[in-house]
Amino acid sequence: MAWTRHQMASRAARELADGFYVNLGIGIPTLVSNHIPPGLDVTLQSENGMLGLGPFPLETAVDPDIINAGKQTITELDRTSYVSSADSFGMIRGGHIDLAILGAMEVAENGDLANWMVPGRMVKGPGGAMDLVAGVRRIVVLMEHVARDGSAKFRRRCTLPLTGAGVVDVVITDLAVFERPERGARFRLLECAPDVTPAMVRERTEADYEEDVMA
Amino acid sequence: MVDKVYAGAVEALTGVLRDGMTIAAGGFGLCGIPETLIAAIRDSGVRELTLLSNNAGVDGFGLGLLLENRQVRRMVSSYVGENKEFERQYLAGELDIEFNPQGTLAERLRAGGAGIAGFFTRTGAGTSLAQGKEVRDFAGQPHVFETALVADLAIVKAWRGDPFGNLVYRKSARNFNPMVATCARLTIAEVEQIVGPGELDPDHIHTPGIFVQRVIRAVANEKRIEQRTIREAVA
Repeated sequence: MAWTRHQMASRAARELADGFYVNLGIGIPTLVSNHIPPGLDVTLQSENGMLGLGPFPLETAVDPDIINAGKQTITELDRTSYVSSADSFGMIRGGHIDLAILGAMEVAENGDLANWMVPGRMVKGPGGAMDLVAGVRRIVVLMEHVARDGSAKFRRRCTLPLTGAGVVDVVITDLAVFERPERGARFRLLECAPDVTPAMVRERTEADYEEDVMA
Repeated sequence: MVDKVYAGAVEALTGVLRDGMTIAAGGFGLCGIPETLIAAIRDSGVRELTLLSNNAGVDGFGLGLLLENRQVRRMVSSYVGENKEFERQYLAGELDIEFNPQGTLAERLRAGGAGIAGFFTRTGAGTSLAQGKEVRDFAGQPHVFETALVADLAIVKAWRGDPFGNLVYRKSARNFNPMVATCARLTIAEVEQIVGPGELDPDHIHTPGIFVQRVIRAVANEKRIEQRTIREAVA
């Protein structure tokens, strides 16, 4: 049975380590903040210029000057600091963020990521995604295994315009987890969702990957 | 004594606006946008503007007001997804857009204010946004050359400001405002509170007054929220 969005977020949270500074993208990645394992100290960064994101506010504590990169109202923690967008992206490009978890339209077997535009549709712009994949040390992608039209999203080559070339380290879908030991290496199938077999994953994946090392 | 405080937005903008000019605006989404100055620029009717701004506002608010009044010719932005009027004008060919990765946009504005002609960044290498730009390898990694951005006028929103133009921003409303404040020949800041000389702690000033020529009190502080997210109190 395929993982739900929350189970995917929970699995992604296992990529976190104690002391990590982490940037979470919009959508399913935002749910990861609800699944941080107890005992792990993780600081969330938001590229609009906030380090140390707290939970959503109580109704009575909403402050329009405290938002995350998804423009959602949030709260401060005792560790929170604010910076300009230039300093925020200095953290990101400068390699000071340990991990980013992002959504994707397509990932290629060489780690190329496409998540910012579909030609022929209105282009909304890349936002901070290109900076994140260029600078954050480890990039985890959270996405559905297949698109709504049934086509594979983990592909030999991306068909959509790239956000970054060769930048993805881990791919977590509703069916499986793929990882590679370093940029430039091949991905391997690490885990499958309950009752999902490696053969079922293969059938729904266009990318080439290794599956000899099953956890 | 120097006093950069003007009576209001109209007074601060007198003799400044002209058709075809480039205006840089602070803010991220609707957070930290100069609402008072945007309204005055809309009322002025100035046209053919180029706007340097991370976002384009939403329909009926923020820079969306200038878009729906047909005052904008070109935008340099990173994300414009919240604005239907933007989409309509863009698809009709009435509006040009130059997309920048968000961090590249912030750094281009910073460079413009700091006298740096351009810089190389890994961001965007291997993507369509690198097309037509110089690419050079550093430590075996391709980097894209990006040029500085400068504006004729910068408009920013701060929380507190003094007669010298020193500014303090509030929380995540800081965002693009500090770089925007530096990138133009003339910067106008609207502030929620105007305080007297010496009332701001010199150690806590975010934008020093050298970058700010005119200050007004912000009279529009609606601070509209795009995504009001809350949690329930646990009884």
